[in-house]
Amino acid sequence: MLRVIVRRLLQLVVTLIGLSALVFVWLRNLPGGPIEALLGERATPERRALLVKALGYDQPILVQYAKFMQRLLTGDFGNSIRSGDPVTEVIGRAFPATIELAAAAMIIAIGLGVPLGYLAARHRGRLLDNLSIAGTLLGISIPIFFLGYLLKDVFTQNMHWFPPSGRISTGVDNTDVTGFFVLDGLLTREFDAAGDALWHLILPALTLATIPLAVIVRITRASVLDVLNEDFVRTAEAKGLRHKTIRGRHILRNALLPVVTTIGLQTGALLSGAVLTERVYNWGGLGTLIYNSISGGRDYPVLQALILLAALVFVVVNLLVDLSYAFIDPRVRVR
Amino acid sequence: MSLLDVRDLSVVFQRRGERPFTAVDKVSFSVEPGQTVGLVGESGCGKSVTSLAIMGLLPRRGNKVTGEVNFDGADLLKLRPDDMRDRRGRDIGMIFQDPLSSLNPVVPIGTQVAEVLERHRGMDRKAAMKESRELLDAVGIPDPMRRLKEYPHQISGGMRQRALIAIALACKPRLLIADEPTTALDVTIQAQILTLLKQLVDETGTALIMITHDLGVVAGLCDTVNVLYGGKVVERAARHELFARPRHPYTHGLLSSVPRLDSPRGERLHAIRGSVADNIPWVEGCAFAPRCDNVVDACLEGTPPLDPTATGGDLRCNNPVSEEVAVP
Repeated sequence: MLRVIVRRLLQLVVTLIGLSALVFVWLRNLPGGPIEALLGERATPERRALLVKALGYDQPILVQYAKFMQRLLTGDFGNSIRSGDPVTEVIGRAFPATIELAAAAMIIAIGLGVPLGYLAARHRGRLLDNLSIAGTLLGISIPIFFLGYLLKDVFTQNMHWFPPSGRISTGVDNTDVTGFFVLDGLLTREFDAAGDALWHLILPALTLATIPLAVIVRITRASVLDVLNEDFVRTAEAKGLRHKTIRGRHILRNALLPVVTTIGLQTGALLSGAVLTERVYNWGGLGTLIYNSISGGRDYPVLQALILLAALVFVVVNLLVDLSYAFIDPRVRVR
Repeated sequence: MSLLDVRDLSVVFQRRGERPFTAVDKVSFSVEPGQTVGLVGESGCGKSVTSLAIMGLLPRRGNKVTGEVNFDGADLLKLRPDDMRDRRGRDIGMIFQDPLSSLNPVVPIGTQVAEVLERHRGMDRKAAMKESRELLDAVGIPDPMRRLKEYPHQISGGMRQRALIAIALACKPRLLIADEPTTALDVTIQAQILTLLKQLVDETGTALIMITHDLGVVAGLCDTVNVLYGGKVVERAARHELFARPRHPYTHGLLSSVPRLDSPRGERLHAIRGSVADNIPWVEGCAFAPRCDNVVDACLEGTPPLDPTATGGDLRCNNPVSEEVAVP
């Protein structure tokens, strides 16, 4: 088991190095750049040259990359061109917001998706099943930004059930401990702050959850249908076991393997979905940071770090998923 | 009074837009306490469906079950699903064909045995595990303490079937249904499992319904044999009677098909001509008629009734094999 982890971590390092080179070169070849953004279009060539030299962009790209990697090894991602703050700080401020949003979306997707998929399978061919098929198709096909604005329009503008944007109401006094506002509120026993943060969280989380939810319902349904035909389910029935035992121990435990795989792969969808969702709800997380770093003049250091971070999160989550197999399926342990 | 009395049991599969298919057609038989009864026939004759109908394990949709299954004074077909659930595993145990696929791959053997005890005998986990260890020991699984924690893929096929027998007998049921319990096993293991079943049945006084296509299994185990063809009982006789004087042409054909060590070299193996598919869908007449060597005109006009024979059995045939014809 340890060997597997070590090997996967080594693979991760190689992947990240390759990706960093790719991103480094790719970003610098995009049209537009930080110089124009900082100085404006009518800046004199002299001033431009000065800034280019100050930022080190006059050097060959290989040299730039080598310097970047050199600093990276000491944990220094450089400073944001836009704000001048260290990149680690900029990202550190936005990171908890996105994790909070993504975690909430995943809780919704798994918490609703697995039961719904199970019920659809058990009612195969009947109304509930057909509704789930139609609903998941809609969920997968509807664009996130469209759904986001739709939900926002209906539930905030028309019905006033939820706040339209932000992570917490102005005037609510919350103490920052972990950066996860709901968690912070609970930790510091400021329950009004936790409630307010949760209230802000619901609509964005629902929006972000739609695609993973639809996928999880589909996979769970298909997987449960497979397991229902297995002989051991008939054995469990022949034993006269209670529904609860058959459902949990015999059906779901076997049906969840493909679902767990899906959950890992959906992390990618969550990260990209976060960019759109955060824009719609003005949620100050990584998605907003990516958007601002691109539109606000190609903030190379921040963008590089963000892309590498996204890749890291994706690979680590999938590593955890692979490792979790061993706990769910004993047949995997032998290898 | 019989322990189990099956009366006119029929199972009709009906799917929307398709012709109804009668898998089991008015099957009647009974099992006395402690008795071993065989249900014999080739694939598709309705023997497994009969057992699933008795257990209430047929899918809820797409089929219609009629008749009576009287067990212990109650008609199982009329019980509420939850009452039937209480009886399954406690009063009636069942063993299936393929021991690997019949065990849950992600749950330790011990839990799979213990959960029956917890369910029906109200044991806590600890007591159930202790009892499970003894059960595994009783069915001849070596080192049962270790097996409790192992998973199905870690033990051999023979041991898996032993574990399934332990599960089926955990609550000391009065009736055990074994649906082709040796088909998926090596020949040497088959003999061991049959010996074990016989020993356990004798020890506990459990009645046994043995479902098989293997006449060797019948010869070694059963007191009474029901031969099924096309969803109907075509012949019923005591074991010795059946082997000595098979009356139905189908039974006769089955027995003749068994290869013999003392037959002359180069002699062709005997087979019943045609296949079971030849008679589907039969409309009227004897289901076996298309394959029968003894067929007469009456066979095509209507199904002959199941009539008692002089030797105490029952026979459904217009032109049975004469008693004088020796079995090869």
